[in-house]
Amino acid sequence: MSVTILYTVITLCVIGIAAAVILYFVAQKFKVYEDPRIDEVEEALPGANCGGCGFAGCRAFAEACVKQTNLSDLNCPVGGNDTMGNVAGILGLEAVKTDPRVAYIRCNGTCDNRPKTNTYDGAATCAIASSLYSGDTDCQFGCLGYGDCVDACDFDAIDLRANLGVPLILDDKCVACGACVDACPKNLIELRKKFPKDRKIVVACRNEDKGGVARKACNVACIGCGKCEKECKFDAITIENNLAFIDSDKCKLCRKCVSVCPTNSIVELNFPPRKIKTEEKEECQTEN
Amino acid sequence: MLKTFKPGGVHPPENKISAGKSIEVLAIPKTVSIPVSQHIGAPAVALVNRGDEVKVGQVIAKSGGFVSANIHSSVSGKVKKIDIIPDSSGYPKSGIVIDVEGDEWLEKIDRSEELVKDFDLDSKEIVDKIMEAGIVGLGGATFPTHVKLVPPKGMKAEILIINGVECEPYLTSDHRLMLEKANEIVVGTRLLMKAMGIEKGYIGIENNKPDAISLLTEKTKEYPNIKVVSLKVKYPQGGEKQLIKAITGREVPSGGLPIAVGTVVSNVGTAFAVYEAVQKNKPLFERIVTVTGKSVEKPSNFKVRIGTAVSELIEAAGGTPEDTGKIISGGPMMGKAIAKTDVSVTKGTSGILIIKDEESKRRETIACIRCSKCVSVCPMGLEPYLLMTVSQKQMWDAVEANKVMDCIECGSCSYTCPSNRPLLDYIRLGKGKVGQIMRARKN
Repeated sequence: MSVTILYTVITLCVIGIAAAVILYFVAQKFKVYEDPRIDEVEEALPGANCGGCGFAGCRAFAEACVKQTNLSDLNCPVGGNDTMGNVAGILGLEAVKTDPRVAYIRCNGTCDNRPKTNTYDGAATCAIASSLYSGDTDCQFGCLGYGDCVDACDFDAIDLRANLGVPLILDDKCVACGACVDACPKNLIELRKKFPKDRKIVVACRNEDKGGVARKACNVACIGCGKCEKECKFDAITIENNLAFIDSDKCKLCRKCVSVCPTNSIVELNFPPRKIKTEEKEECQTEN
Repeated sequence: MLKTFKPGGVHPPENKISAGKSIEVLAIPKTVSIPVSQHIGAPAVALVNRGDEVKVGQVIAKSGGFVSANIHSSVSGKVKKIDIIPDSSGYPKSGIVIDVEGDEWLEKIDRSEELVKDFDLDSKEIVDKIMEAGIVGLGGATFPTHVKLVPPKGMKAEILIINGVECEPYLTSDHRLMLEKANEIVVGTRLLMKAMGIEKGYIGIENNKPDAISLLTEKTKEYPNIKVVSLKVKYPQGGEKQLIKAITGREVPSGGLPIAVGTVVSNVGTAFAVYEAVQKNKPLFERIVTVTGKSVEKPSNFKVRIGTAVSELIEAAGGTPEDTGKIISGGPMMGKAIAKTDVSVTKGTSGILIIKDEESKRRETIACIRCSKCVSVCPMGLEPYLLMTVSQKQMWDAVEANKVMDCIECGSCSYTCPSNRPLLDYIRLGKGKVGQIMRARKN
């Protein structure tokens, strides 16, 4: 009995050792060299695998970084300049600074501003609703409000605001990965330059209809009048297809366009309240 | 034993309220808005300008490519504008708006009701006339007929099937046409057979229309090569592939066209339009539209000029009932709800259905209970529950691998689902996406 056990143990040990030896040589023979820096770079990345860099996850991005001799085309929007600085340090390359960006939904067509003209009771996703028809208001360009962007966001950075009809992007959580940009069937979401204190001035509208039609559909629609374009000293505003667009890279946040907009379609966010100059003047005049 | 297709199919309540109402000619409206894209394929290119005088039957937009069709004026008058006009989906479509003045037809059009039975044209001449008249499939898919009549190289059509099934509940436009224009449809069928050099023709009709079956059987007596086939009632028998299966037993291969099994299918409405185009020189500018619904005052079948606003049809049928929930262009199974009634009747509008509020609401969606009812009713042998799930998860490879492109969008799965799941909505989404991916791969 004990002999049988002994033989078994010995046989297994011999097989094990033989297999180990074979495996060792095979492993040597077929060894795949992998740059150790890939692991280091991957370690430095946020590990969100969001795809915001344009690659299939952080590992793929790390591989791409290691292959490059210049980091100017690569950027991890989640980690921002800090992470890219670390990556550049590991690779011994020069870090390229990019302006941090933030997503913004260019529609202000909340229930108050944009009356509903019909009811939709199909599957509650923007993709399906927009493939069936133009939407439950007269604006065919505006937000549908079913929250495909909310589902696409891996960072909980979008608040659906179902009672208002248009979701809100929370600037402090948004990492500008661009997942919502792809998810929106109406192409409403834009990645804009992030200004200090999350200040922004945006044309919150995508309506390309003629002025009258746009205005009828929504109180805060851009009618393409061009007043903002004339007012802007920095050439940041362009009008195309009856619609104004503010280039965030050129905008200096002077807020002049906001006050000339006749439909209030240009919104200013996170600014301190304005001093009301005109009223003060009037008061002064009456006193005199 | 009556013929039908297998597998799948459902039996929705027929509700053919307007079946007994003969076709009425709807008064010509004051203005018409004619979209330049009323067919599958490239939009037509407008030929007229603002202020031009047009006559009934005049070409106002020329076919914009190989798969495209001419558009003719349905009224006489002055072109008011060429602009973006409302479309049933709400998205902008280019169209021609004409202010009506009188009713002056082109001289070449034979307006008499007299039946012209004989023809002495070769196949090319017939196809050219059909192309000139801008005829498209009037069953709803609006595929240009002249393209269908010229099979791809190496394929030969042996059988022509005229589709008089009208399996959509509520709709009766084809039924009425068969009863009132049976002789013309038979001539149209012969013309289509001649155009393709086909020897054998079938007219498929479901046996809920016995009057049409007996009438057409009688009218086709003198033509032994045209046979009327009575079919067992089952939705979606009017689907081209289902009808081929029911009548000939042949199965169109996945991704293939009916011509792959030697068949060509045309609607009875198309056959009638072909008769009018070839024998009467009348282009396609009017069609039969059913206006119906349970609370509609006067459910009717109207002969309508293309471009008439849907609101005028509803007005003629007694106005919008108070309990209206949805207005659908087409039938209840495959039709699409329209958001506004100022949209135009196009070549593909087979009916306007007004659904009561209490019947129009979707019920609450609950979890899939794996009953597989959707699988057993799918006429294409697909697995709708699976397609919905993979489409929801955006796994487009899996959507494609599960043959989403074979879906005919009949809606049997959504109709039968006990959990009220929006199966077809998601399948259609997946189909659109996979279609895009496939086109991108080709280029």
